[in-house]
Formats: sequence, C-alpha cells, structure tokens
Amino acid sequence: MSAYNQNFVPPAAGTANGNQGSSLVNGLPGAVPHHQQQPPPSAVAPASAQQYLQQKAQQQQQQFQQPPAQPYPGISSNSSLPPPPLQFNSNIANKFLPPSSTSANNGGPPPSTLPQHLRPPTANGPTSLTNGSNGAPSANSSRTASPGLIGAPQLGGLPPMPHNPQFAHGAPLPTAVPQQSQSVASLTSNMHQMNLHRTNGPSANSQPQQQQLPPQQQQKQQQQQLPLANPMAGPVMGSKPPNLNPSTSRVIGGPPTVGGVQPAPVLAAGQRIMYGGAPGSNEQQSQNQQNNNLQRAAPPPGAGTAWPPSLPKAAVPGIPPPMQTQQPQAQSAPFAQQQPQNTAQSAPFAPPQQYQYGQAYQQPLHQPPLPQQQQQHQPPPPTGMFGAQPSSTPLQYQSQPPPPSMQSQGQHPYAQPQPTSGPPQLGAPVPLNVAQQGFSRLWGQDTIDLMQNRHILSPATLPAPKVVLHNQFHESINCSPSIMRCTVTKIPETNSLLQKSRLPLGIVIHPFRDVNNLPVIQCINIVRCRLCRTYINPFVYFVDSKMWKCNLCYRVNELPEDFQFDPATKTYGDVTRRPEVRSSTIEFIAPSEYMLRPPQPAMYLFLFDVSIIAQQSGYLEAACSVLNRHLDEMPGDARTQVGFICYDSFVHFYSMAEGLNQPHEMTLLDIDDPFLPRPDSLLVNLKECKELVRDLLKLLPKRFAHTHDPGSALGAALQVAFKLMQSSGGRITVFQACLPNKGPGALEPREDPNNRSAKDVAHLNPATDFYKRFALECSGYQIACDLFLMNQQYSDMATISGISKHSGGCVHHFPLYQKTKQHMVDSFRMCFKRYLTRKIGFEAVMRIRCTRGLQVHTFHGNFFVRSTDLLSLPNVNPDAGYGMQISYEESLTDVKTICFQAALLYTNSEGERRIRVHTVCLPVTSSLPEVMHSADTEAIIGLLSKMAVDRSIASNLSDARDAFINATIDVFNAFKIAQNLPSGQSGQLIAPRSLALMPLYILGLLKHPAFRVGTSTRLDDRVYAMDCMKTLPLDQLMKFVYPELYKIDGLIYHARNSNASTTEEDDEEDPLPELPRLQLSAEHLDSRSIFLMDCGQLIMLYVGLNVPPDVLEAVLGISSTAELGDYVYGLPHIVSAEYDILQRFLLRLNYDKPYSALVQIIRDTSTAKGQFIERLTDDRSESSLSYYEFLQHIRAQVK
Amino acid sequence: MFLPETAIFCITLLVYGAILLLLIYYVLTLADLECDYLNAQECCRRLNFWVIPKFGSHALLCGLLLLGGHWIMFLLNLPMVLWLFYELHRQRRDSLGVYDPVDIHSRGLLKVHLRNCMIYLGYYFVMFFVGLYCLISSLIKGDPIKRYEDDEIITDF
Repeated sequence: MSAYNQNFVPPAAGTANGNQGSSLVNGLPGAVPHHQQQPPPSAVAPASAQQYLQQKAQQQQQQFQQPPAQPYPGISSNSSLPPPPLQFNSNIANKFLPPSSTSANNGGPPPSTLPQHLRPPTANGPTSLTNGSNGAPSANSSRTASPGLIGAPQLGGLPPMPHNPQFAHGAPLPTAVPQQSQSVASLTSNMHQMNLHRTNGPSANSQPQQQQLPPQQQQKQQQQQLPLANPMAGPVMGSKPPNLNPSTSRVIGGPPTVGGVQPAPVLAAGQRIMYGGAPGSNEQQSQNQQNNNLQRAAPPPGAGTAWPPSLPKAAVPGIPPPMQTQQPQAQSAPFAQQQPQNTAQSAPFAPPQQYQYGQAYQQPLHQPPLPQQQQQHQPPPPTGMFGAQPSSTPLQYQSQPPPPSMQSQGQHPYAQPQPTSGPPQLGAPVPLNVAQQGFSRLWGQDTIDLMQNRHILSPATLPAPKVVLHNQFHESINCSPSIMRCTVTKIPETNSLLQKSRLPLGIVIHPFRDVNNLPVIQCINIVRCRLCRTYINPFVYFVDSKMWKCNLCYRVNELPEDFQFDPATKTYGDVTRRPEVRSSTIEFIAPSEYMLRPPQPAMYLFLFDVSIIAQQSGYLEAACSVLNRHLDEMPGDARTQVGFICYDSFVHFYSMAEGLNQPHEMTLLDIDDPFLPRPDSLLVNLKECKELVRDLLKLLPKRFAHTHDPGSALGAALQVAFKLMQSSGGRITVFQACLPNKGPGALEPREDPNNRSAKDVAHLNPATDFYKRFALECSGYQIACDLFLMNQQYSDMATISGISKHSGGCVHHFPLYQKTKQHMVDSFRMCFKRYLTRKIGFEAVMRIRCTRGLQVHTFHGNFFVRSTDLLSLPNVNPDAGYGMQISYEESLTDVKTICFQAALLYTNSEGERRIRVHTVCLPVTSSLPEVMHSADTEAIIGLLSKMAVDRSIASNLSDARDAFINATIDVFNAFKIAQNLPSGQSGQLIAPRSLALMPLYILGLLKHPAFRVGTSTRLDDRVYAMDCMKTLPLDQLMKFVYPELYKIDGLIYHARNSNASTTEEDDEEDPLPELPRLQLSAEHLDSRSIFLMDCGQLIMLYVGLNVPPDVLEAVLGISSTAELGDYVYGLPHIVSAEYDILQRFLLRLNYDKPYSALVQIIRDTSTAKGQFIERLTDDRSESSLSYYEFLQHIRAQVK
Repeated sequence: MFLPETAIFCITLLVYGAILLLLIYYVLTLADLECDYLNAQECCRRLNFWVIPKFGSHALLCGLLLLGGHWIMFLLNLPMVLWLFYELHRQRRDSLGVYDPVDIHSRGLLKVHLRNCMIYLGYYFVMFFVGLYCLISSLIKGDPIKRYEDDEIITDF
C-alpha cells in the first residue's frame, strides 16, 4: 500500500492518494485506485507549520508567545472567523462557539496559532473532523505533513485543512461542549501543565467513541453530524488503522489535572447519564448505536477534560473500585437498569439463555463505550480485560501500591488512564484500600490471582502495551506496535536485572507491512550518523541547528545544509519540520550510492512439478488459471520477465522467442548434470510476449494431463532455474506435490506413519544439505525461492523448505490438495492470488541497529545473516515477520532510553531503490517490578515460540515443551520475588496484569500442531506449523496460536434489532456490535447458538444442534441443522440482514489478513467437529492438561 | 621401530607449528567476520576447507606417537583428537561444515568459535614446547657429543 507514497522533493512530483477511504475498505493493494494529484501548496503549508510549531514549542517551552509562523490560507478561506492573532483568542473564540460551529463544515473555528499539542482540544476541532470524516486513520498520515494527504479530496466534503498531528487514527476532535467553558479558564492559565499532560490529551481525543454525552446533546450533535457522518467511516475502515496500532496513543489523564476540580461531578453526571439514561426502546438503542458511529467523527465533549475517555471502567478513577469488587448481589441491582444497554450492545438473540453466563455480558455494562472501541479495533480498556468474570468468583486483585516513583512518572504499561492529579481528589472519598486498588489498577501495576480468575481473556482484542517515554512528542510518533514490538516496554537497566525478571528480551518486527500514507522522501544525501550509520530519526538530539547527536552511538554529527530546508513548505528553518524527524517509519528513495548494480527488473520464474502425483492433485490447472488472470497485476515495470519450467523425471523448458506463434518445449534428459538448452528466450519480457505466455498457461495443464511419470527431479530443476536467474536475481516459485526422488537432491521418505503421535518426534531436521546449500547460493545472487507444497503424502517439508528458509522466501502448504475439494482449490486460489499481486522488494538487505550496550544475538525468520547485524533478503514480502533476540554488551545505567532501528533497503518492482526505516524508542528502568509490569505478553509469546522451534530442531521436541513450561514458571517465580510475596506454596498464582495471559497462550502453544505430542500430527504439518511460528507476523501468529472465538448471537440480535427500528437507515452506517472474545473452552458453547472461530487462514462456524430455524434460515439458508453436510465450506448467498452483518463481521476479521480466510461450517454432530474441538485448547484432552490443571501445575512449581 | 625417536619428534614439532599457523589464520578470519570485513559464506568456506586437514594431521600424529611407543605424548594428544572428531561428527545432516554460515551469527556462535580457537591456540602452544622438550631430550639422550666414545677410543688406542 505504499502506493500512497508522496515524494517530498520535488514537491511538484508529490503524489497523493485521493481515495484513502476506499483503500481502507478493501485493504487489498491491487484493488485500490490510485488517484494522483499534486497537493495544493496552500494546504501543505499549514500542516507543516503546525507541526513546526508543535515541535518548536515543545523544545522551547514558549507556548504563549508563539507567533504564527505561517498564514493558514487553506483554512481561513473556509472558516467563518478570521484566524485570531493570539492563541488566547482562539481558545476563547472556540469556547464560546456553540457546538454546531465545530460540527458543521462552514462553521469551523479558526485554527489556533498554538502548536497542536498546546491547544485546548476545541481548537483542534475542525481538523480532526476532517481527519475523521476523511477516514484515513493513520497516524503517519497526519504527522508527516504529507502533501498528498492534505491535498487529497476529503471524503466528507470538507475543504483541505491542516492535519492535526496529534489526532491519529482519524480521531475526531472534541466539539465545544458546555463543559468546556468551565475548563477553559484553567486550560489557558495552566498551559504549561497542559503541555505536560498533552501526553494524554491527544489520545484522549483519539478515542472519541468513549465519550458519553448527555442524551439531548447526543441527539443534537447527531443531527449536526449527520451530513458529516460519512458512510465510509463505517466500521470497517474506521475500525482498522492499518499501520498503527491504536494503542500507541492510548493515554489519558491530562484532563483531570486541567479540569482540576471538575472531574468528579462531571464524571458522576456522566455515569448517571450513561446508565440511568440508557434508553430502553429499540429506537433509542439504534440511535445510540448510530451515535456511536457518529461519535467517531464527533469530538468528545468537554474537550476530553471531563473524564479520561478511553477507560470505561477506570474512567471514573474513584468509582471503579467498588464496581470492580462488586459482589454478585451488588451487581444485580444495576443490572436491571442496564439491561437495555446491554442488549443493545452484546445481547444474544435468545434472551432467555443469554444470561447463563451472564456476567460475561454484564461486565461490559460497566464499560458502555467499549463496543465502539472494539469496533475501531482499538484496544479495550485494560480493566475490561478481566471483566468477563462469573459472578460466583468475585475479582480478587492483589493491589500493590505503586512505588512512589510510579506516581510521579505515572507509567502504566497498559495505557491505563493515568490522571496525574485527578485520582487523589477523586479517590479521596472512598475507603483507602479500595483507593489503593484503584491506584494500582490505574497505573497498570495491579496483580491478579490466576487461580481465582479462570476467565481471564479480555472480551476484545488485546492491546499492545503502551510505551511511556515522558516525552509526549516521542510517544505520539513511536513506531507502531504492529510493525515493531519489544517483549518489554521498559528495558531493564542491566543484564542481571533482565535475568532476575526471567523474561526473554527481543523484538518482533514486521518491516515490510503494507502501510498507508507512508512518508517517502527523496533527497540527495540521506542524513546518517558517521560512526554507526544510523539514519536520522525522531529520537535524535539536536545539539543546535547544525549538529545532531546520534541516539544509538551518541556521536555528535553535523547536519548538512540542505537538511535545514523543509521540502513541504520550501522554506529554510527548523530542522524539526523535516519528515525524517517527524515520523519513526519513513521511506527514502535511495541515491546511487546504495546500489551495487542497476536496480534489477522484476523477474519471476515458476517451477511446476508435473509428475503423476502432481497431476492427480490437479493443482496445475488452478495455478495456471490464477496466473493467467493476474498476469497483469503482478508488480513490475516494463522490464518484467517471466519464465516457466516444468519437471518430472526430466526438466521441460519453454522457449517463447520472438517470432514464434507458440511456445516451444525443450526437454532436458540429463538431470544429473543439468544445463540450459538455450541462452535466451526462456525468460521473456512479459509485456512483449504476453500472448505467448497466456497460450502457454492454457496449454500447460493439458500438456501433462496424461503423464505417468512418477519421478520428480526438483533438484535438477532448481539448478537450471538458478542458472537462468543468476545474472539478474529475482523470484523462483516452486510448486511441489511429492517427494523429490530423481536427480540431485533426491530424498527418501523418512516419516513413520505409525509414529505420528509418539512422544519423540524425529526428522525435524533436513535430511541433506543440498537445499540449504542451494538456498545460500541463491541468496548470494539475489534469488529467492518460494515454495508451494501441495502434497498428497509425506514430502519432507523439513528438507525442501530449506530453499525458502535461507533465501528469504516464503512457504505455503496445502496438505492433501485435490482439485475435487473445492474449498482447497478456493483457498489455494486466494492464497496464490495474494502471492502474485502483493508488493515485492528485490535484492533487499535489512539491518537492525540498537543503542550501544545492546546487540542482536539471534535472528528468527527466513533470510541469511550475512554479517553480525545484516540480513540478506533476496526478496522481501509484506507478509513476512522476523524476530530478534537481544543481549547485553554493557549495562545501560547512564541512559534513559534505548532505540532499535530497522532499515530495509530494497528495490521495488518499479526498479527504484528504497530504504524503509523503522525506529522504536523504549525507556530504561532499574526497577524489577516495573520491568515485569511492562512485559508484552504477545511479543513474549511470539519470541518464545520462535526460540522453541530452534530448540526442537537443535535438540528435541520435549526439550522445547519443557522450555515453555519452565519459562512460565520462571517468570512467575521472578514476579513473586519482585513483589516480595511470601515464598512457599499458597493457593494463589499471582501474576502481573501484563503477564496474566501468558499461561493461556503457553498452553495454546503446547497444544498447537507444532509442539503437541500424543495427538497424531503429520510430520509435514508439524514442520509447516513450526515454519509459521518463525515467519508469521505477530498479529497473525497470535491467531494461529490462540484462535479467536466469538458467539455470533449478538450479531444476529443486533441485525434484527436495528432492522426493526431503523429500516430506512443505511446499513453501512450501522456499526457492528462488539462481540466479547471467548476463551477456547467448551464451557462457552451451547446448542442454541452459532459460534465463530477465527484461526487465521480458516474461520469455523460452529452451529449448535438447537439453533432456532429462523436463524439458520437467515444465516445459512437452511431450515434445520440436519441439512448441513459433514464438510461444508463457504457461506451461501442469502439476502437477509443477519447474513449481511455476518459478512461484515467476517470482513472485519479478514481485514488484517493477507487474504480472506476460508469459512467452514461445522454442524454439531458432523464428523468435522473434531477439528473444532481440538482447537479448544483450554479444555482437557486425553494427553494434555486443561487450563486450570495447567495453572495448578505452574502454581505447584512456583516456589 | 621404523623411525628414530628424533624423527618422530621432529614431525611432531612440524605438525604443531603448522597447526599453530593455521589457528592464527582461523582467528584472523573469524575476527574479520566479526568486524564485517568478510562475508559469512566466504569465511566459512575458507575455514571449513582446513578443518579436515587439521584433524587429519593431528590424528596421524597421534598414530605416529602411538606406534613410536611414546605413551605420554600420545595420551596428551588424544583428548584433542577426540574432541576434533566429536566436533566433526556432531554436525547435523544439513550442516555445511563445522563452521556453518547459516547460524554462525546466531546464538553467539561466532564468539564460541573464537573462544575455541583461542583455547586451541593455547593448547598447541603448550604442546609445541612439550614437543620441543621431547625432541631435545631425545637428541641428548644418546650422548650426542660422544665424549665416552672418544674416551673409549683413547683407551682402546
């Protein structure tokens, strides 16, 4: 999606994508129309000026007398008021503006001259509206002064406006709501403080859906917002900022301080309104929902000062503790009152049954804003994480009073609301111990007894922990967690501290991820540190306007003259306006120093196995037809070349020379010493010979349809392919359907089918070094090999996959592929289509640099490590993830922050050399509890699984399994020591909230096909699963390890409900209700509901036995479950609201995936049920522990 | 006895000297790799080339000492030969040699290799002097100046 790149120099060449909305909707690069246009310079100026101001102000702390550096032509033309000369005026002006002024297009208040982060939220109103309606929820977009974004036509019909750097994710801004007038006085007088709290301010605004408006205001606002509420801002696109995990900006808390005295009363009011005013009628409900939708574009009231919006429960710092600790009977009281709200949000369609584990639903009641939040795929409030709790087991938090340093720093790994001065005031009235609990929860320092809280999974996708840097600017622009994540968000100061915490230290990285609005820079010399060659990044220190200090090696470097020049505004001035300094993910167009040879053209060579087994599976037909269809969409310029080789016992070449009207086949019989039959026209230019290529693709399946050759000379075919590609480099795609058994690299079957469930798994290692050697040779010549294994029988994946592992390729596996199995064919087609059309980077290298004192110790992924920190990636694709383990070289006692920088140098398919740089900055801490509380469970699981794969290959599988369990025990032991808990056995297993999910995931890993024992697992499947562990990006890996389970009754209920009430409503505006995520246990299943399990590339719909016929009719088009076959794939096409909403839900689940998942429908009594049941990893099976048993095992080991 | 004692110790000394030089080459190459002056593939190719000759020469030397009946020298050399043999044979089937370019940079393997080289260097250095001592002692054992022979000649005369 880097089609949205904008060149900064020359500005005239800047391209912009005018259709960001649509791009977000489908998320497929190929499907996005690219409107390119030149950005109006007037629109560029204000944005960068604002950013400049922001940066400047931050550095100089001269907030008040900042004169406007640039006029705002773009704005003043469309705002009804002239830009005020001083920011005080603007504040006041905004303050007295009625709400309508901010929401209406023409009435937008003039932009304040204050830097964005110093402004009261109102002043930012119109900008964020632009942003929100624009529906381009990318932080990068707004931050980087990208001319394209600003110049892009606004979908909401708004004229171009400066983007507010702070309001990422298309977050709406606060409208002027009466409450604000109260706070403005303190706002303006407390500017300094405000700056301090801006850390939290912007994110408060970026969570607009959290706010709660008094009903009448909601309605009013709704009406005003209606024209703005862009249908494009619907759940799908608005919900997924593709390149930025929303959690990065999830900090709250500025408001309480600013609003000093206010929060409490306002909060109370808000609560009352929320719960008491929850409408009971359908109409009201739908309005609420609609409102939720609108609120995405609507600013939070009270400038977000009324209460921290991002936290449903903890939003009320004083109030939540009692609510959290509510006893069952206490909960029942509010329950009746809240029921309407509940049903509106997550009620299943069968009300009488919905309360059987009603608490799971009930908890969300306390978090009214949660649904919308989830809908935006924003991380749920951490407090909600343990919310789904049976009423029989009241929550028992071991409240740990935070260390004093924490109070001042206000750090909280889970981005908990952190009102710096608010809580003491708010918490004062409540009893002390409750207040303490509240505190520790607020600071994310609370612990949880896992034994007591068996239902521990959050109802929503879990957020990545927030990195707190004490520098608001840096926090807002830190690298997105979806691109780079560290296993801890606070780096231990010394190695011994790390050892004490027993956590693995490392990063997981997804460097070539498709991102929107990536800033692209073209400049003559790229500014880098002279000593360590680090690229300049937002976290460097500017000594003065001529010097900068590298943040990795601390060398002071000179700034080149032209760095002073701001390409966006074409002015000389502050360096901090440069996009390099404004974005931690950036792409440079590299000058010729970065090329060893002219950039290579896109070269694709396809190797087809045409042995008899391959022909029986019939994959060739599907592969050729997909290739034929998407030949034009393959990335590449006019120089693109393609070639085809087929192999059985011999190797068949296809010459498509000019002048031929049909491709000529040449067969090489001497496979032991393969050679090229002719030097040219085996690889042909795609543009020139497209007809011949198409002919060939049509002919190929027929040509070998009646072959009876059992041999498969993969080795020989690879060798000739290498000779063919040697001169240029490129991509070899291998389709293999059986064990290679002829010529060089021939293999023998090793697997013993009777031994598939044995405890010791043999043959995880390659059988020969042929493929590895080949891959290394390829890597040297910039050739990558990708493997599609569509085997019928054992094909020794462990050995063959070596060609991809060491050459930067990728592996796809379709076990038991048969052309008669339509679902496999569909799945393969989707996968292959994505494979053909996705972005590709050629002759790439990636270097990971880290701050002095740390070094990368071990790499995980598909590549070749050429030197200590340089990865050679002949090809890089957007679906590949990598992991690195970090070790200490020296202690970090004298530094406050450390940085990791990943720089990926590649040639894109247009023959342009580019460098994509990601920088992540993390604070350093010397306190053990802080390290433990800042752990990032998902990243830890990602890294542990990669390490375990290495362990099982180097040693054996049971070692790896033991290592998982030991790692868990060690971590909990370490935490016990860190917290000074009494040693010895107790009935508790205390975990920090940050690590509470670790046992759950570890158990998921132990039962995963990659690591399980006792269950029959084909060796190839196991090896493939291990390969996925190594190469999947973290978000997909988590689905792979611990699938998401939803009960979709809520959707159906919602569909019916909104249907009944708002028939004239456009469906697109109707937000999807949030479904709570269920733990993978059969205890959540019931026979009257339909369940959906998202396992990554497969989505399973589990249909209970007694699902009401009308639901079956509406969703699946059948009248009883008996009509379902045993193996049903794909949803039928039905016209019904329920079906629509399910489709939209699936769309949302598929949004982040490389290609949409296959849907399988499983009847309760079908033979396929086993597939579903085996993924319920919390339950006990014959050979493995249940979650609770596993916890007990851990607890017994923790001393 | 097919070879005189001195000849055996001369060969021993030569082998030790050669291995010492080779190890210095190893250390330099690995240091080059560490400093990024050398590609991992190139480095491993160079190093692996010499692994077998190194092991072979040492194993031959060991056999020579055994045949020559120098039990103590043999026992001193045996552990190293066994270790080198183990190192050669613990490789996995897909390994490209003792020095595998694919994982030389991971898990601190490069540091391990460097450390091993340093230990070898120390060992062979010590063994070189032991060999030298043996050579000298074998040379002087038979009264090389032949004082008594002269005496005998005189007395006979």
